[in-house]
Amino acid sequence: MALSRWCQLSPCGILSVGAIRYGDDNVRYAVDMDWWLRVAVTVDPSPGQHGLPADAGLTSAETAIEGRSLGQIAWRRLRRDKIAMGSGVFIVFLVLVAVLGPHFVANPDVYHANLINPTFSRPNGPWGGISLAHPLGVEPVNGRDMLARVVDGTQYSLLIGFLATVLAVVIGVVLGIVAGYFGGWVDTVIGFAMNVFLAFPLLVFAIALVGVVPSSAWGMSGNFLRVVLLIFVIGFFAWPYMGRIIRGQVLSLREREFVDAARSIGARGPYILFRELLPNLVAPILVYSTLLIPTNILFEAALDYLGVGLIPPTPSWGQMLSDAVSNGFYQIDPMYMVIPGLAIFITVMAFNLFGDGLRDALDPRAR
Amino acid sequence: MTTFIIRRLITMVLLLIVVSMVTFGIFFLIPRLAGQNSYELAAQYVGRNPTKAAIMQMEAKLGLNQPLIVQYGHFLKGIVAGQYYNSGTARTWCGPPCFGYSFRTQQPVWPQMMNALPVTASLAIGASVLWLVGGVAVGVLSALKRGTVFDRLSMGTALAGVSLPIFFTGQVALLLFSYKWQIFPNVQYVPITESVQYWFSNMVLPWVTLAFLYAALYARLTRAGMLETMGEDFIRTARAKGLPERIVVTRHGLRAAVTPILTIFGMDLGLLLGGAVLTETTFSFPGLGQFTIQAINNQDLPEIMGVVMLASFFIVLANTVVDILYAVVDPRVRTA
Repeated sequence: MALSRWCQLSPCGILSVGAIRYGDDNVRYAVDMDWWLRVAVTVDPSPGQHGLPADAGLTSAETAIEGRSLGQIAWRRLRRDKIAMGSGVFIVFLVLVAVLGPHFVANPDVYHANLINPTFSRPNGPWGGISLAHPLGVEPVNGRDMLARVVDGTQYSLLIGFLATVLAVVIGVVLGIVAGYFGGWVDTVIGFAMNVFLAFPLLVFAIALVGVVPSSAWGMSGNFLRVVLLIFVIGFFAWPYMGRIIRGQVLSLREREFVDAARSIGARGPYILFRELLPNLVAPILVYSTLLIPTNILFEAALDYLGVGLIPPTPSWGQMLSDAVSNGFYQIDPMYMVIPGLAIFITVMAFNLFGDGLRDALDPRAR
Repeated sequence: MTTFIIRRLITMVLLLIVVSMVTFGIFFLIPRLAGQNSYELAAQYVGRNPTKAAIMQMEAKLGLNQPLIVQYGHFLKGIVAGQYYNSGTARTWCGPPCFGYSFRTQQPVWPQMMNALPVTASLAIGASVLWLVGGVAVGVLSALKRGTVFDRLSMGTALAGVSLPIFFTGQVALLLFSYKWQIFPNVQYVPITESVQYWFSNMVLPWVTLAFLYAALYARLTRAGMLETMGEDFIRTARAKGLPERIVVTRHGLRAAVTPILTIFGMDLGLLLGGAVLTETTFSFPGLGQFTIQAINNQDLPEIMGVVMLASFFIVLANTVVDILYAVVDPRVRTA
């Protein structure tokens, strides 16, 4: 209440609004551009929601201009962006393929020797043996169904890509916020750790690391261990980029008045970090996570390609490509190389396009 | 300036020491954490159906039975000062920088890496020149001609480029240019010392494929940087004082936009010098990347350690060089 009245009295140049919990009440505050009126506080006894900070205080109907949160603005812009929406829909489709697809396609491990030309060991018929029964053709040599293998590969690719991104984002965001907010020796230590990680030859290190772990360890074995290992290795090496971006953002955010305001009414370290700063970082986190997923998918495919990814016969796109080049199949049956290659390309492209669209939509300068 | 350089060099050495510690820790500690003891580790290197005594002997020879810290000390000493190795009865001197002997082939690691380095270096340096020039040129042009057909076309291609893995484009290139049309038949590495012409003609395909992917990224970065810079006040000032547009773009716009690109360029080149693993595998070039893959497949710890250290050295060196160059260009950095 006090907030909206105050807004009517002065030109409401609110720099930042937010809500914190103080005792049993939700305390809303706003920071105005006038330095002498730094904080306006309303007490809202009902449990309020912590959304993006900009939508907390401006919901009052008494303000003349209808406020729009960053989320609403971004959503409006995103909806107008046909390419981003198209790629978003395609990503949903990919997820559906990954989750439901394996139940609908043929068994990816069944051999069809009758479809293979015995002298050249390539599939009978043009285009890698494409037929009604095998819409994407069959593999050379043993004739396993390509569609089934590509669909099964989607599942692992997306799973590892997503979870590795989640891991990288969590580590990167937590360490980035802590480094940026506390500064001093904490920043030095975390910054040095980031530099150490960035100084590692990523791919070389990842393949070496997957290579030295025996086939069963920590109570896990086989492919399950590999998947877990891949997620950890990829996620662990991707966090410093996220950390750097977040740290940079926090460095400027922590000087803003809303942080002072929160501190002035008694908020402490963890609260400021995760309730005040974190919501303001939603935009960069969202954008860079979306752009990190395709990088991680490519990374996973590369590890499969180099033979340190999933263990055969589990299908993976990278491994099909590696098969195509090491046995020279790309010469006798180009489709065997083209299909998994296109699968990687289309998937990664969709995420990149969506990430680009998201970035444009969330860019505050383009408003 | 001198203090700055000295400080950067100290950081570089410090970073390398930490990297060596972490690398050593990971490769010698993780197998133990995963439940293997030094006896089992040594058993891998003895051959089929080994006797217990043979394994014990191997364990002692490879030094696996010593505490990790002692093994690490040996490793560091070898790099800095060189050291003696006992192989059965003979005692061999391994001069610095000594990365030890392969657990498998008993070959010294350092000369092997130096044999592989020229392959990777020709690949990385050639491609990096291509992608830096190509990527920045396309990026600048599309920023200046924003919204035109050229901009859309080149940015579309660039987006496709950053979404393509080299192990796919490389194979498509091989299929079309090497196998189908025979423009560059039978691509294989030929040392420059043997034949400059064949070295070059065999390098074209890997260079272009590798450079395309990076050029795509650089074009996107340059375009974004250029668009931002060209909106700055100092560009308006430069125009207002009557400078020709060519000078405004090159001297003022590009100069400011390209500096962050150079930072990334340093990192990318350093990373690539440590082994263009994917490119080398696709074109089967015997460079550092292939060496790494072999070392890993053989579980050859000294070779893995050596190549990771060498690759880290290149990355750290490239970063340091970029930092120093930055300080030369921009005096504000020196005090930071």
